[in-house]
Amino acid sequence: MVNVSATPVLALRGVSKRFGAVQALTEVELEVHAGEVVALVGDNGAGKSTLVKTIAGVHPIDEGVIEWEGKPVSINKPHDAQGLGVATVYQDLALCDNLDVVGNLYLGRELLRHGVIDEVTMEKNSRELLSTLSIRIPSVRIPIASLSGGQRQVVAIARALIGDPKVVILDEPTAALGVEQTAQVLDLVERLRERNLGVILISHNMADVKAVADTVNVLRLGKNNGSFPVKDTSQETIIAAITGATDNAVTRRAVRSTEAAK
Amino acid sequence: MSDTSNTVKKDAVEPTTAAPTEDPTAAAGAATVVDPRLLVREEGYKGYITEFKRKVKGGELGSLPVIAGLIVIGIIFQSQNSRFLSADNLSNISYYLSATGMLAIGLVFVLLLGEIDLSVGSVSGLASTLFAVFVVNHGMNGWLALVLTIVTGVGIGALHGFFFARIGVPAFVVTLAGFLGWNGLMLWLLGSSGTINIPDSGPVHLLGQGSFFMDQSIAGAYILAALGTASLAYGSLVEQRRRKAAGVPFRPTSEIGLRVGLLAVAAFVTAAVLNSSAGVSNSLVIFLASLVIVDFVLRRTPYGRKVFAVGGGIEAARRAGINVSMIRITVFAISGGFAAVGGMFFAGQTQSATLNAGGGNTLMLAIAAAVIGGTSLFGGRGTVWSALLGMLVIQSIQTGLDLLNMNTSIQYMITGGVLLGAVVIDSVSRKSQKAAGRG
Repeated sequence: MVNVSATPVLALRGVSKRFGAVQALTEVELEVHAGEVVALVGDNGAGKSTLVKTIAGVHPIDEGVIEWEGKPVSINKPHDAQGLGVATVYQDLALCDNLDVVGNLYLGRELLRHGVIDEVTMEKNSRELLSTLSIRIPSVRIPIASLSGGQRQVVAIARALIGDPKVVILDEPTAALGVEQTAQVLDLVERLRERNLGVILISHNMADVKAVADTVNVLRLGKNNGSFPVKDTSQETIIAAITGATDNAVTRRAVRSTEAAK
Repeated sequence: MSDTSNTVKKDAVEPTTAAPTEDPTAAAGAATVVDPRLLVREEGYKGYITEFKRKVKGGELGSLPVIAGLIVIGIIFQSQNSRFLSADNLSNISYYLSATGMLAIGLVFVLLLGEIDLSVGSVSGLASTLFAVFVVNHGMNGWLALVLTIVTGVGIGALHGFFFARIGVPAFVVTLAGFLGWNGLMLWLLGSSGTINIPDSGPVHLLGQGSFFMDQSIAGAYILAALGTASLAYGSLVEQRRRKAAGVPFRPTSEIGLRVGLLAVAAFVTAAVLNSSAGVSNSLVIFLASLVIVDFVLRRTPYGRKVFAVGGGIEAARRAGINVSMIRITVFAISGGFAAVGGMFFAGQTQSATLNAGGGNTLMLAIAAAVIGGTSLFGGRGTVWSALLGMLVIQSIQTGLDLLNMNTSIQYMITGGVLLGAVVIDSVSRKSQKAAGRG
């Protein structure tokens, strides 16, 4: 871990969430420090998306405490999360195809000058932001529809940074991307860390997690199932935690085959 | 063709040069390295030609079909009746296009959301009747009646918007109900008399055929032309200076000169033609002023940006914190408001409120105008100038057919064909834009 501060910028303490008869999250703990990339992994239905949505304010939590820079806060709607400094990039990027890159970056928070959209400053800032992130797109003035999937992903991430957040949540940022684009997005994640942002990275791709994350938090059936520093943990250990090492098809098969060998 | 045909053609060019300001221009002063994948416009005028070809191939036809259409219309009608391109007839076209043009402005907003408003014709008819009832039956002041009428139109539109945005009824159905319902209300208000004549004073006089800008003074038209040209030149130069100072790509001075020059030619030729007839009608002045204001609102204000965003992706707009329901309701309210204004224009044309006001093919013409002018039926793409461009086409056809004493039956069939043609062009260009990655 690099440059990790003492107090986590965002901490979840014993967070629970129910949907009707389903206990989606049970007493989940999570800590994100500034300048740290926390990977959130787990099988489908493990509660990753729900956890992220509680932080983003889409689903208010039922029990537990969310701490922001050490102080308990309540996040009841997306606006609260944004106000604190949480930016979320969802899997479906939700960009407006008909607007250009600048228009999308500033959508909903256009800079104004005498009540009129200040295109010049917005374009200048967009170029600066994209170049500090080493994002290469043909032009900031072409419609999103003309960009490739990877370019859209980096635009969506850059868009999250316009509001100067402290924590960025990335939901499956490399799904459906090619080799080159995946590398670009991972580069970008590292640059977010260099900017001293806390990053929560949801991914199914262990290679990506090993490549950029500092800490891996495993969720299984809505509960914490281990938190590992990436450097000293093998991929097998993480996968074992995801699948539930003691009882799963793989271990049962291993047991069967050893018995058969006897 | 006589030189007046040039007017129509040049006029159609003007909005194209005025509207898109955000081209990825290959600016000389840009310090950043340009991505090699970007097809950059070459320096100089040759660059315009290559870019133009590329855009046409990619399905970005812009106002090309309109200009081609206007030329064809000019040739056909002029060969059938030599009065078609006379100054008097062109002046007529310029006067009559403003009423339906007002409806088309409102429709552009709705089309930008990818929705449709079928009620604008009925609402315009109801507005002219309401105004007549206020002024004639209740003796109300004309200007107060005008305000009340427009407020009613806005309210009706907001009601449609409410049912669409909050209750979730498809806009098509809500406004179809409005189409019938408001027409019924108008017929009920007119009652047995059938027609209410409105005295030629106040707003009705202003919008009448005999009302001209600066009382037909020759200078009036030229002042307007000079004002338009000067403001484009000033605006472009200020923007260029700010962009230079900020170090972002800017339009080269030669390009600004070209744009301003084109607008100047179009504006002054139009002014000269209208002056050689009777002058610039006040209706046209109000219509053009509305276009300028609405264009500014759509392209330069946060509200306009939100309308485009909702038209381009509802989910993206919602996540960006845009109140989608509010945008939808206000857009339908704007459409209703402009329909009421259009109704006032109709009342000004006939100095009366009649049973068939806003009926017949008024609605179809307004939709056709917006679509022919280049606003997509699929949302997110378009400019308010399409109301002007489309109305030039529609009104030319109408006036031409009137000159040839064509039957209403023929007029309907031809207008229907033109509308279908415009929608086909829209759909095909959308497909090829998808293929070219610009959908």
